Order: sequence, then structure tokens, then C-alpha cells
Amino acid sequence: MRLSGRHRIVPYLFIAPWIVGFLAFTLFPATFSLWMSMFDWGIVGDRTFIGFDNYIRMFGDDTFYLAMSNTVRYALILVPLSVGLSLGLAVLLSRDVRGVGLFKTAFYLPTLLTGVALAIVWGWILADRGVLNFFIASLGGEPVRWLTDPGSAMWAMVLTTCFGQGAQMLIFLSALKNVPAELYEAATIDGAGPFRKFGRITLPMIGPAIVFNTIISIIAAFQQITVVLNLTGGGPDKATYFYSLFVYENAFRRGDLGYAASNAWIMLIAVLVLTLVFLRLSRRWSYYEV
Amino acid sequence: MSRTIQRSTRQVSRYVVLVAVAVVLIFPFYWAFISSVKPASEQAAYPPSFWPSSFEWSNYADAWNSQPFTRFFLNSVLVTTLSVLGVTFSSAVVAYGFARFEFRGKKALFTLLLATMIIPWDVLVVPLYMQYSFLGWINTYLPLIVPSYFGAPFYIFLLTQFLRTIPRDLEEAAMLDGAGHFRTFTSIFLPLMRPQLVLTAILHTIVVWNDFLGPLVFLNDTDLFTLPIGLSFFKSSQLIDTTSMLCISMVMVVPPLIAFFLGQRQILGNEAGSGLKG
Repeated sequence: MRLSGRHRIVPYLFIAPWIVGFLAFTLFPATFSLWMSMFDWGIVGDRTFIGFDNYIRMFGDDTFYLAMSNTVRYALILVPLSVGLSLGLAVLLSRDVRGVGLFKTAFYLPTLLTGVALAIVWGWILADRGVLNFFIASLGGEPVRWLTDPGSAMWAMVLTTCFGQGAQMLIFLSALKNVPAELYEAATIDGAGPFRKFGRITLPMIGPAIVFNTIISIIAAFQQITVVLNLTGGGPDKATYFYSLFVYENAFRRGDLGYAASNAWIMLIAVLVLTLVFLRLSRRWSYYEV
Repeated sequence: MSRTIQRSTRQVSRYVVLVAVAVVLIFPFYWAFISSVKPASEQAAYPPSFWPSSFEWSNYADAWNSQPFTRFFLNSVLVTTLSVLGVTFSSAVVAYGFARFEFRGKKALFTLLLATMIIPWDVLVVPLYMQYSFLGWINTYLPLIVPSYFGAPFYIFLLTQFLRTIPRDLEEAAMLDGAGHFRTFTSIFLPLMRPQLVLTAILHTIVVWNDFLGPLVFLNDTDLFTLPIGLSFFKSSQLIDTTSMLCISMVMVVPPLIAFFLGQRQILGNEAGSGLKG
């Protein structure tokens, strides 16, 4: 609706809550954080302006490199895996078989177990003498020290957080439903097999959903802290010491607020870069210009 | 003849795959639940038992009473209710503004709204802490509740998408009848948005109910703790047996589970988006 005269203010009144909230809880703190990142800012005592020293300090901080490489590695494994798996689940559900509603419910349910409770349940499943190792042993495999071996803790995190991708799955499901059936019919007449149809029709048509889910999971991977704190605590031997944990500890355990602010800004830049690189790459195969 | 056989084999294999995947996905739930009711002697048994010799429901009472969980539970209920009410209503108001009006700067503002979703919490948390501390909000529920009353980008986006599908003559008819803008919104659009509002409320219930970081940063008093914090502290105390932790974890899943079953149709998309066509 287009309004004139004194009524022109009306739309702004409706969006006013968000504008106020954006200013107070996003723009102001984000700007303030950028400002803080230029300071040696402790919880008590003097605040000294130090320019870009916090950023330079990161280059010499081994913990920064460790946290960043752990997180990037985690994201590189988790993001394709979770996007792929949730797409697979959505494809399974997109066929109209009898009782599909029941399966939809079953596939979505793991999403309800999240956060601290998820970490506790998986801590129990992944224990050295836990049920997963029991399954592995009964299939003739070697038990894995999921949570106590630095080499496998990353996989424990990936496995745990992979469960509960129900929201992604639903986004794919609705995208799949929107692919026009005529396209498949035409392809069938042309003699295309199921894999060809998937590659040539389905993937390009659901491109925007893939892009959306990928970006959402990159952001989530970088912000991962709740499960890692409660499952591995960043260990063993800092093998799962993620970037968010690094920022959190600098801010709230060490009280090194200026440094923590600069850490957080580097994280924002990393997420932004990854997102833009991905958007760029996705132009090649996504049907829509994004 | 062979064709029908081929078709029914495909049908059967499809079900086999669906059932297998469902079993894998549900297993963590099953395992956590079964483990939570096992007698203590069976808990550490190896090979593990997949069905307990007896159901020890008292495990739940023991776990619940070992910490002030009733308190944590009520705190969680309070925070979740107030936050969900706020975010649902305010997001609907803002979405209405974006979806149903033409105004200057609309496109730029909407892009800005979407762009804010990329800002990690890590960037905001320290300044927010100082801001709340300045306002005297630390160790109260205000930091967990107040920001919800200013709309949340993801839900605003979700509701905007829906509101755009409603034909435009609708509010014009209402305005002819003499209703103001806000009354048109509350009496015509809010009822129409019911399924999408339910969806928003449920998605947000799951988020706030499980929120760990917010309460961890902004609350200090044990009396004010919510369930996730209580559960996490319980875990790190090391004295506690796994059974008790699993019991509390299972209790934590119950409210999201109820919310899910109440709004199943909206969440699973059997109905959502179809609100009003033509």
C-alpha cells in the first residue's frame, strides 16, 4: 500500500521496533566493539588506545591460529556433510509414499534435542565403553576413543552436531516440492536416468536453497560453542578448541576485552569472506543469480 | 506382470531405506531414554543392554532433587514464555510493515535486516554486557527478554514471505470500512497469520528453551539459573552419575516435544504457506 500526506509515516511506525532494536542491540554494540578492538581494554584499570596492535598481536598468537584452523576444519567438514545429508533426507521424503508424514516426523525429531542436552546424550553414546563403540566392535572394528583421542574428537563434534539438521531438511523439502513436474517428464521422454535428472534439473532448481542452507551452516559452525563446551570442553589437547571458545575465554575468563573484540571482528570477516566466496562459486551451478 | 513386481520391489526397498534412516535418527533418543531408566548396576554394563531389566523411574526423582531443578525449570518457563510472546508479536508487526506498504528506503532497510543475520554473537556480546551492566540489567532476565520485543530478522523474513502472498485488496476493503492501520493489522492480518505465528513461536521456543550462552553470560545467581545452565553446571561438578544427567536431558526435551506435536502441521509444512490463495 502506498500512502500519501501525513500517513506516509505509518509504514515506518510498523517497522520502528526493528529499527530501534537494530540500533540498540546490533549497530551500537557492533560499532562499540570495533572501537574497543583498538584499545588495550581490561575489566579494571586504564584503557589505552593502541590502534591496530590487537590485530597485529593475533598474528603472533599460537592460540589464535589453533582456534582458527580448528574452526575452519570443522566448518569444512560439517557444512558439506550436513547440507548433503539433509538434502539426502529431503529427497527420501519427497516421494509421495504412504505414511510419509510419519517419516517426516521421525526425521525431524532429532532437531528437538539440542544444546547442552545434545552434548550430554552424545557424550554418553561416544564414551569409550559407550554404545557406538559397542556397535563398531560387533561389526569387527576397532573401538574409537572419540572424546579422549585428539585425532578423533573433531569427528565426535561433527557427528554430534550433524544430528538435528531438521530445519535444513525442511527447507530442502519445500524447495524440492516447487520443482515443476513437467521438467522431469520432459527429461524422461528424452531418456534421462535418475542421476542425470538429479544433476541437470533438481540441483540447479534448488540452487537457492542450497546457497541459503550453506550460508546458515557456515555461520552456525563458526559460532559453535555450546556443544563443544559441554561435550569436549575444547579438548582433548585443544583438538576441538574452536574460535568462539577462544573469543569467550579472552573476554570472560581473561578479561582481555579489547583483544576479544578484535578476535570477534576477525571472525566476522572470516565468515563474510567464506560466504562471499561461496556465493561467487555458486553462480556457476545455481539457476538463479544470487 | 513383471512390471508390477518391479514396482513393488522398488516400493519395498524405499520403505526399507526410510525405516533404516528413521531408526538411526531416533536411536540417540531411545538410547538416552533407556539409559536414564536403567538400574544403577546395569548402567556401566558392557556389552550394554538395550532393554532394562526393570524400569527405575526413581532415577528421575533422584536426579531432579539433587539440584534445585524445580527452580531452574520455572525460571526457564518464565524466560521462554516472555521471550516467545515478544518475538512473535513484534516480528509480526515489523513483517507487516515490510510486506504491505511501499515506502522510501524499504529495499535498503530490508537488505540491512537480512545482512544482520551474518553478524556473530561474539562481536556483540562484550559491548552488550557493558551496555546491560550500565543499565543495571546484569543478573536479571531483562537481557534475555527485552531484545525479543524488537523483532528477530529470521522470523521477520519468514512472516514477510507469507504476508506478500495475500492479495492486496484485503486491507483496502478494511480501510473503507473505517478501520485504522493498526486495527486492520490486528483484526484481519493477525488471524490470517495464525499458522505462521505458531511456527515462529515454536521455532523460538526451541531456541530460547535451550539457550545456554545468554544465561551463562548475563546471570550470576544460582537462583536465577535456567535449565541448560543448571544442567551444564551439574555436569561439570563431576560427582554426578551419568544416569542423572540423562534424566534431566530427557526432561529438557519434553517441552520442545510438546510444542512440536502441537504445531506439527505448521512445522512440517503440510499446511504452512497455503494460508490464503486467490
